[in-house]
Formats: sequence, structure tokens, C-alpha cells
Amino acid sequence: MEDNHTSHSPDESEDQKNSTRRNFLKNLGLAGVGVATGAAALYSGHIFEAKKEVSGDQKVLLTQDGKLVQVDSLEIKAMEKTGVALHEMEGREGIPGRRWVMVTDLSKCRNARKCISACQDAHQLRPEQYHMNTLQMQDTPGTAPYNMPKNCQHCDNPPCVAVCPVDATYKRQDGIVLIDNVRCIGCRFCMAACPYSARIFNWIEPKDAATHLDQEYNVELNVPQKVGTISKCLFSADRLREGKLPYCVEACPNGVYYFGDENEDAVTNGTTKETVRLSKLLRDNAGYQLMPELGTKPRVYFLPPKNRLFPFEAATETTPEKV
Amino acid sequence: MNMDDNKLTLEKITSDLTHHIRINKGFLIWMGFLTVSLLVCLYAYSIQLKTGLGVAGIRDYVTWGMYLANFVFFVAASLIGMLISAVLGLIGMKWLTPITRIAETIAVAFAAVAGLVIVSDMGRPERLAYVFLYGRPQSPILWDVTVITTYFVLSLLLLFLPLIADMAIIHRKADSLPSWLKPVYKVLSLNFTDNPAQNKIINRAIRILLILLIPAALSIHTVTSWLFAVTSRAGWDSTVFGPYFVSGAFVAGSAAVIIAMFFFRKNYKLQDYLTDLHFNNMGKVLATVSLVYLYFNFNEFLVPGYKLKRADAIHLQELFAGKDAILFWVVQIGGLILPILFMLFRRFRKPLPIMFISIAVLIAAWFKRYIIVVPTQEHPFLPIQHVPQNFIHYSPTLIETLISVAPFILVLIIITLISKFFPVIPLHETARERGIEHIKFD
Repeated sequence: MEDNHTSHSPDESEDQKNSTRRNFLKNLGLAGVGVATGAAALYSGHIFEAKKEVSGDQKVLLTQDGKLVQVDSLEIKAMEKTGVALHEMEGREGIPGRRWVMVTDLSKCRNARKCISACQDAHQLRPEQYHMNTLQMQDTPGTAPYNMPKNCQHCDNPPCVAVCPVDATYKRQDGIVLIDNVRCIGCRFCMAACPYSARIFNWIEPKDAATHLDQEYNVELNVPQKVGTISKCLFSADRLREGKLPYCVEACPNGVYYFGDENEDAVTNGTTKETVRLSKLLRDNAGYQLMPELGTKPRVYFLPPKNRLFPFEAATETTPEKV
Repeated sequence: MNMDDNKLTLEKITSDLTHHIRINKGFLIWMGFLTVSLLVCLYAYSIQLKTGLGVAGIRDYVTWGMYLANFVFFVAASLIGMLISAVLGLIGMKWLTPITRIAETIAVAFAAVAGLVIVSDMGRPERLAYVFLYGRPQSPILWDVTVITTYFVLSLLLLFLPLIADMAIIHRKADSLPSWLKPVYKVLSLNFTDNPAQNKIINRAIRILLILLIPAALSIHTVTSWLFAVTSRAGWDSTVFGPYFVSGAFVAGSAAVIIAMFFFRKNYKLQDYLTDLHFNNMGKVLATVSLVYLYFNFNEFLVPGYKLKRADAIHLQELFAGKDAILFWVVQIGGLILPILFMLFRRFRKPLPIMFISIAVLIAAWFKRYIIVVPTQEHPFLPIQHVPQNFIHYSPTLIETLISVAPFILVLIIITLISKFFPVIPLHETARERGIEHIKFD
């Protein structure tokens, strides 16, 4: 600016310029305020007009965070489609207000392995890939052998989530630990960290991968599986969203599994559909967790294999073929 | 060194240390061999890229195999730059001068390749960028990426800064140099004219780098050990893993330096510069760090072996007397105890015997990483059942082996190129130590 003045004396020119500029800015400011006020007035008027249309028909709705609200029926609009992003967001946040919990009654398991096949069907797994696997256990030589269905313990202090470098595996507010195979880089640190050997890896192209090419990825089902990524038990998060019991729980013919919500203190048996108090079930049957000394705080409880309903039989089924 | 050596002229030193800088038949054959081998290994990797990690022997229980043992080994070997240049250098050991560049070259080569090795172990290598895009600072992998990158940059600078003065001398004084290389050296010399101001800047920068290098180097291997130690598995769940890995790294790195010294001395005719004294002293260094490593081995095995907690007992049983026993004892005795005993005697610290000892130590060092990584995973807390046989016991495949060999070839290529086109022994510093105070540039 100062370089520009030529004919006028410096001070005079500076003053003049400054005053014109100040005036201009002042006017501009006034105009701006005016326009903004006008627009705001028009807009609020419009809103006010719109508000007037009330049907009087009040609907009761459940919001995403679990609150009941009253809304006029005219104000209900179809939700904007945000595509995968919202779906993924839901998959990452979990089902509001829930704390899912599983109770496995070891006295009832006779190694029917129906839970395993239901699970493998739902998650497009090969025969040697287990989200749920029944192990033949014997804690010490003198104690009785028993069958133990073992899945992801959905720990509240999950070592796998801690070590994941890219947030591919995560803990949801409803207690479920999920795996996002769009994010997973396949480093397998989570497998090394998991003391329950709950995680599996897609070493080669997953089962029937070619037929699932067009399928949209569902993080709550972890399907379609992807080569080079982790998979594991999801507590059937997709089924829980529909208000149904997990695949394994529903498939068990022997009443081994109870599943439910810790907040409600209620679990439902998948076979008998009987709903019982979680705290009472655990108290009466001396429920315990797997390796609680590791501090992982599992969300799966076990009822000890006491008064077993079936005699223990050594595993007879063939092991899957080499892969 | 006798007095005659000290009277060497700058011309003689320059010629001695740079006469190998030319492309000859031996170099071309060696590089051709390395390149072809690398291509074969890259072909193996292309199969893995297409098919998935399943082409390797790793499966759901032993999920980290040879690739991860390889990674740990490469990080380990790269640590030697810090021991030689920083720790021993800052203490003021003068005899180290001709070895510093060899150590730095090894550090740079192994650190650079370690980053690539870990990619070979990724199920989704194309998502490598996610580590930076979505990185979670809670994960030790993030710490590892950070410190290895830092260490690599520091080591590269530490390799380059002393080279500036050398480049200035070479592009003026070395007559035998291929003409196309001279302009390259001129650029790299950054107009260095050996004036006091320049020397002051370079010396200060090197000193700062040396000091920074110590925490960076300690971090890279400590963090690498934490990839295991942060889990609760028997054999990994250990509080001495950091120093255990660091001391083991010095063993591997010292052995690598001695082997490199031997071949540089022979192939580039550096007998007057890399003398028996250097091999003798490096033998002592190797013996010392091996003793420290032995001490940590005692801690690592004796303490859990005394308590025999269930999972530890199974693990130690397999190592000491089970499936892995032969490998374990060969590595511990052949790669650690016997070398220490031999190196106590001066005659085994002569160039040829110490080179053979170093080869044994280095091979054992690789298998030691294998023993640390693999057996632990064969005994998880819960039994392995209803899975195919190859899930229960890990055995590496041919493709996996080829992919694991690739990084070694790459390291050899990098070391060969650096040593071929730059003086293996610091020229400027050697000249100074032999009494040539100020170098006159025309």
C-alpha cells in the first residue's frame, strides 16, 4: 500500500485511503448483518410455518441409544441412506444397552458338534476352521475327562484388541469383540496374543470364495471371508441384531448353551428356550471363567462338568484333511 | 603398526583403500549370481502373493514361523552399528577406526531389509499403508515401525557423514577411479575442503548421532522382543526378554562384522589396515557379548525351569528333551558355549579361525530365533484338537524357505554395492590417525 502513493503527500493519502476503506468495511458489515438477519428471520418463519402442520398422531420410537421418544407422525421421515459407512459404524458400536454373555454347561455337552457345523455354515468356514471347537479336556490325570466347547471368550480386557496395529479387531459397547476383515492386514499378532487359541486365519482362498464375490461384506457375520485375514467367533452379532440367539446356541441338541444380556441378568437356553437368571445360574452351579488369572475378563462362563448327563467318550470323529 | 606405516603418504592410503572401486569380472559374476538368486526367490514370493500365506507351513497354531524368526534375526544383526560405533566408539577405542564403516554398512543393510522381511509375513501386504493410516499407538507393532525407521535413518546418516570427507579426497586424489564415478563423488562430497569449520560441524553431527543411536538401537530390539513378551504364552511371557534379545543381537552382529572383515580384507587386499590385532580384538568383543548372552540364557531357562509351572514345564520339556531338543542343544552348545571356550585362546582369534567361529555363531543365531519363535506356539494353553496334522507341527515349505532366503541375498547385494563403490575403511580418519594433519586440496 505505502509504495503506491505518488502525487499526494504520504500522510494525506494514507488518511484518505484508510477512511474510505473503513467506511467501506463498515457498510459491508452493516449490509452483511442485514442480510443475515433477514435470512434468519425468513428461515425461522419457514420453520414456524412447517411446525404448524401437526397431525396430533404421536408415535413412540426407540432411538439408537436406547431411549423411548414421542414423535409426531408427520415428522417421521425415512432415514437417509448412508450406505456401508453407517452399517460399519453400527457394526463397530454394537447394540446399545446390551452386555452379551454366554454360559456353557459342561455337564451337558456330549460332543454332538452340531454347534460347530451350524457355525461353519453361517460363516463360510472350511471343516478345519473353527470359531467354535469342542475340545476333549482332562485337567489333571486324576480328574474326570469332559467335553469343552470353546469359542472366543469376548474378553472385557482383550489381549488381541490391545495388540492390533490397525484397529481391525475391536471391542464393542455390547461386549462383543469383532474383526473387520476389510481393515485387517494379516499380521496375526492377535493370534499370538490370544491365550484361548480362539482365532483362525484364512491361509488360502476361503471356502467357495468365487461364489461369494458379489456379496456385500457384513462385519457382524464376517462374511464373505477374505484370504489373508483373521476370523473368529462373533457371538453371532448379526443374529443378535435380529433378536435371535446365536447359530451355535440354537443348533445345540443337548441344552449346553445359555445366551443373554448381563444387564438384564437373564440368559436363555438355546435348546429348551427356558430363560433363567444369570446370577442365580452361575451361583447355583459354581460357574467359572477360563483362565481368569490372566486378567482377560472373559464374557463366557462355564458350568463345571458335574453329574454329567452323558458318559465321556473319546473323540472318534476324523480330523479334517491336510490344508 | 610400526613407524613406517605411520609415514604412509595420503596418496598411498588413498590408493590402498580405493583401488577396489572399479567394475571387474569378479564383481559382475557375484552380482549376477545374487540377482538371479533374488529373482528365483521373488518368483516364490509372487506365488505367495497370488495364493496366500498358505503356501508357507504356518497354520492357525504356529502362526508365526520362519518369516518372523527371520525378522527378529535381521533386526538383531542391525544392532551392531550401535555397539561398535556408538558404545565402543564413544568410550574412545582407537583401534575401531577401520571397522566402523563395516559395522555401519551392516547396520544399514540389515535395518533396511528388516522392514521388508516383515512384509513377507503379512497376509495382506497391500494394506501396509494402513499401519500409518489407522495405526493404534497401543500396539507394539507401531512402536516397532517407529523405532526401526528412526534407527535406519540415524544409521544411514552415520554411514554418510564420515563419507563426505572421503568423497572429497577420492574425487581429487584417486587416479584409478572410473571416470563416470568422479562426478558422483564430487556431488556427495558437498564441497568439503577439510577446513576447520566444516570438520567441526561434521564431528559435532556425528557425535550427536552416536548418542542418539544408543537409545534408538536399544529400542528396536527391546520393542521387537516385546512382540513376544507382551503375550502370556509360556516361553514368551518373560521380563528379561528385552536385554535377552539385545545381548543376543550383539552376538549375531559381532559375528557378522568379523565375517565381513575377513572377506573385505581378503578380496580388497586390506591386510595392512585390517590386521590380526583387529580380529583379535573383535574376537574379544564377540566373546564378551556371548558371555553376557549366556548369562541371560541362564536366567531365561533356569528360573522357569526351577518353578515348572504347567505351561512352562511342557515348553521346557520339549526344548530340553523333546522334539526340539537336538536343535536346541546344538544351538546352545555349538553356537554359544563352545565358541566362548575357543575364543578364550588367542590362537582362535586369528583371522581364519575367528571367521569360522563367527559363521557358526551367526548360523546358530538364526536358529536361536527360530527356537524362540516356533516351539512356544506348538504348546498353547488349550489342547490342539480336530485339526489336520500340519496344524499341530510346523514344518517350513520350500516356497517359504526361498522367501526367507531373499532378504539375505538383498543384504548381500546392499553390502556388496556399498563396499564396492565406497572405501570400506574410513579414508579421512585413517589419514588423520597416520599423522596427515591437514589435507591440501588444489
